Amino acid sequence: MLRFFVRRLIVALLVTATVMTLAFVLTRLSGDLAISIAGPNATQADVDAVRKAYGLDRPVIRQYFDWVGRALTGDLGDSYFFKTRVANLLAERMPVTLTLGIVGLLIALAVSLPLGILAAVRENTVLDRLVQMVAVIGQAMPSFWLGLILMITLGLRGWLPISGTGSWQHYVMPGIVLAFSAIPALTRLTRAGMIQAMSSDYIRTARAKGLSRASILLKHALRNAAIPVVAIAAVALGFMLGGSIVIEQVFALHGVGFLAWESIGKNDFPVVQAVVMVLAVIYVALTTIADLLNAVLDPRLRSA
Amino acid sequence: MTALLEIEQLEVGFGATAAVRGASLAVERGETHCLVGESGCGKSVTALAVMNLLARGGRRQAKRLAFEGEDIAGLDDHGMARLRGNRMAMIFQEPMTSLNPAYTVGSQMTEVLRRHRKVPQSQAVDRAADLLARVGITAPGLRLGQFPHQLSGGLRQRVMIAMALMCEPQLLIADEPTTALDVTVQAQILRLLAQLQRDLGLGMLLITHDLGIVARVAHRVSVMYAGEVVESASTAELFADPRHPYTQGLLRCVPIPGKVARDSPLGSIPGTVPRIGPGFEGCGFRDRCDFADASCAVAVPRRQVGATHEYLCRLTA
Repeated sequence: MLRFFVRRLIVALLVTATVMTLAFVLTRLSGDLAISIAGPNATQADVDAVRKAYGLDRPVIRQYFDWVGRALTGDLGDSYFFKTRVANLLAERMPVTLTLGIVGLLIALAVSLPLGILAAVRENTVLDRLVQMVAVIGQAMPSFWLGLILMITLGLRGWLPISGTGSWQHYVMPGIVLAFSAIPALTRLTRAGMIQAMSSDYIRTARAKGLSRASILLKHALRNAAIPVVAIAAVALGFMLGGSIVIEQVFALHGVGFLAWESIGKNDFPVVQAVVMVLAVIYVALTTIADLLNAVLDPRLRSA
Repeated sequence: MTALLEIEQLEVGFGATAAVRGASLAVERGETHCLVGESGCGKSVTALAVMNLLARGGRRQAKRLAFEGEDIAGLDDHGMARLRGNRMAMIFQEPMTSLNPAYTVGSQMTEVLRRHRKVPQSQAVDRAADLLARVGITAPGLRLGQFPHQLSGGLRQRVMIAMALMCEPQLLIADEPTTALDVTVQAQILRLLAQLQRDLGLGMLLITHDLGIVARVAHRVSVMYAGEVVESASTAELFADPRHPYTQGLLRCVPIPGKVARDSPLGSIPGTVPRIGPGFEGCGFRDRCDFADASCAVAVPRRQVGATHEYLCRLTA
């Protein structure tokens, strides 16, 4: 178990290092940062001054190691646009995005697990087909459109707040919209896993032991069917955290997605680099947690 | 006194295939009843039909299906679940996949006892450890905490047997329990089953295609072919005086020390078991039978030789 954990951790660190490098390289590739920071009306002298002030005149390799070195000590630099520490910006915006992502994942799991189990138990019936159809429609629906529909149906009647982050109710609608991005995949995976588990020999044994239907389904089958679901749920949560840009826009939630969108527009590269890095670290942490959870669910993985 | 398990005119169909066509047999209390036949003849399906564990799409119908004299054909899923694992237990051909990989041996063994009896967990663990020791597993305490993937195939089958015995069943159905194991392990498991059967007075329905096993452990044998029980007799009678041409053919395929001359070639039955649809008439073996004639295409008589030996054929001697 310890060896498994250490190996997962090493892989996680390597992935993080790779993503940090990519974040750095991609912001440099988007053009001359000094020119875009100085603005359209700047003279050559202004650009040179900006370049010197922000250290952009130094060799790229030095800039890279400087940034990595500071990032490792928690210093993510200053934002040009917001005139404040990037770390403070993230600390202020992260809770909004994290709350939104977790609400989204919880809604997604609460919908897709029962639906997937139901579809598997009633395999090839009308109900099964209906569930699959809903999943396809969910997959095909653009999230901003679903967001607007919810605003019109639930928001304009005053049942739920339309924008902002004042209370927990503010997270319900965007959470539903985010959940819809994960529900189709999670439902299908639960269904497929349950169908496979239900036709396995150990389920036949469980039935031969006279166990109750609930025990067969939820204890013996779901435990095994959940393994791929856990992995995909972690990826889905990572996707929700990184991909909530559109939803944060639609519902005016000032989270990390919104911050990234603003900073890209302003070429505020320390913020962009930091957002990419932090999201990558969270993503890597999530998949590592999913691996560990799977090792808890499936004892065979512990010796792998 | 009625038999422990009575099967009369059992029919099982999957789609357009008739897997079992009017099979009848009875397992007495405390006897080992072997059900033999080649692959695809309906042995396993018969066993699964008794336990009501047929795969989805299987249709079961029987004139009589009774356990300890009580009808079980009409039992709903809930009623059947109360019998299964409790008074009738089953072990399977696939020890490698029949245990749930996610739970320890101990958890899987104790749950069946606690499902059917009101006993505290500690008592269930004790019983599980006793049974593991009884099926020849050393260090039962250690094994209880292990997961199936940490055990060999032979050990897993021993665990399956111990688990089946948790509630002291009257009937144990063993569906080719040694087929997937090494030859040396096969012999051990078989000896174990025979010994447990004797010690516990189990009624056992042992499904096999190995006549060597039959000769060693069976009290009574039913030979199945294409979904029908074509011959049923005590083991001694069957080996001494096989009546059905299929049984005769099967016995010619097996070297029996002292009975078959060393240099004579072993027999074989040409062809394979036919796939039979609903509405099939006559003897299922007629296409492979040396004695078949036109009369074999209509209903075949069931003939009696003495009190305990019967077969399904137009031939009289």
